[in-house]
Amino acid sequence: MSSLLSDTALIFGRYVRQTLRSKFQIFFGVLMPLLYLLFFGPLLTGLPLGGDGDSWQVLVPGLLLQLGLFGALFCGFAIIIEKQHGVVERMRVTPVSRLALLLGRVLRDAALFVFQAVLLVVAALVMGLRAPVGGLLIGFAFVGVLTVALASLSYALAMKVSAPQAFGPVINAVSMPSMLLSGLMLPMTLAPAWLDVLSHFIPFRYLVDAVRAGYVGEYTGTAMLYGVVVALAFAALSLALGTKVFQRAGA
Amino acid sequence: MAIISTAGLARTFHTKTGPVEAVRGIDLTVEPGEILGFLGPNGAGKTTTLRMLTTLLSPTGGAATVAGHDLVREPEAVRREIGYVAQSSGTDPQVSVREELITQGRLYRLGKEAAEERAAELAHDLGLTDLLDRSCGALSGGQKRRLDIAMGLVHRPALLFLDEPTTGLDPGSRADLWDLVRRIRDEQGMTVFLTTHYLDEADELSDRLVVVDRGVVAAEGTPEALKRRYGGSADASLQDTFLAITGRGPAPVDTTPVAV
Repeated sequence: MSSLLSDTALIFGRYVRQTLRSKFQIFFGVLMPLLYLLFFGPLLTGLPLGGDGDSWQVLVPGLLLQLGLFGALFCGFAIIIEKQHGVVERMRVTPVSRLALLLGRVLRDAALFVFQAVLLVVAALVMGLRAPVGGLLIGFAFVGVLTVALASLSYALAMKVSAPQAFGPVINAVSMPSMLLSGLMLPMTLAPAWLDVLSHFIPFRYLVDAVRAGYVGEYTGTAMLYGVVVALAFAALSLALGTKVFQRAGA
Repeated sequence: MAIISTAGLARTFHTKTGPVEAVRGIDLTVEPGEILGFLGPNGAGKTTTLRMLTTLLSPTGGAATVAGHDLVREPEAVRREIGYVAQSSGTDPQVSVREELITQGRLYRLGKEAAEERAAELAHDLGLTDLLDRSCGALSGGQKRRLDIAMGLVHRPALLFLDEPTTGLDPGSRADLWDLVRRIRDEQGMTVFLTTHYLDEADELSDRLVVVDRGVVAAEGTPEALKRRYGGSADASLQDTFLAITGRGPAPVDTTPVAV
């Protein structure tokens, strides 16, 4: 167990240093949700969005998870480049824990996206968001867990493909319907019945509903319970799958 | 006791068009302190065998022990004992030589100070001291290969796998690397498992050669013994000997020189 922790810390440190060398990467990721916040958020002011909070309390949770969804799903691109440079093979031939090879990477990703989420929330507060501190912290936690889950899946897929050309279309095919069907932009309670039913099959819906509940101070309702259960189960399954791929010789 | 021992080591890939037997059954023994040249034409099963012996690929048949550990049951123990220098360097072009060497030491569970000391020691031994703070991407081909070998040696392995170590190097850099490999073996008693497409390199460096073809060992022995047996005399070229064994030449190599 101690070697898993130290191995994970080592891999995490390597990738954090890599990220810090690329300031562009740190700030660029937050650009798309920030544009939504600036240019889409004001359109929703005063509209009946079917929830307890105001439009910012509906929009910002969606943008936070959008940040995690798009950011984490594309993490695998980096490992395709590393494979081409032989970095992955070099690490896999060392005694380092296979789980640590994955965990170190996804924890760096989670730290990066949570940092970007903090920047986004600060901007949202300036624009008029008002939400309890507990809700804001819950939102950051969900971004972290979602990132761990999706980055694990992204790395697992990237280990299986040989070129970015094979990776990008799959990720686009997953990310766009996921965003539209999970109610990231607008709550699915506004949707016609068939779309609302369909969205219940998308795990991200439960996460965004939970964060929206947190933003209006509802910490003990079913939305929060379902969100926590789905997020943790999704992360556990994704990590297990990712580790299996890293473990499998010749992956 | 042999440092590598395989019996019927095999690997079959299951593809859309059916199973492909890349390695059909390799029987191999490598003694400690040997430099073994592992040769074969394209598609002979060389790379697949190397990837199995370095734990990067699971065998689908046969058995093997590497450095006293079972390849399938104790892969982590095998990894602790071997060094692997792949064809692609595995370094991050943005990272300094020092950081890569220290990280590599830490990946082998050296403490921070021990990893720093080992990095400095290897840099000194391999002529990298002046390059420690240079980024890996700024190194020449020869310097990069020296760094790759330093990374493979960081944990003082009993067995070093070198996969095409001089491909793309100019003649001077190749000669320097040959000297380095001999020095590692002579000074540290390390076993070296070398794959190469350069027959002159195999001839120059190897104590013993193993030629694989169509997934099995086609011939093995000292370079002189193979030349006598398959080439007709001890003065025969290894190229002719190789052709006589396999019926085809070694895989073409990229001979574009990389300046040191």
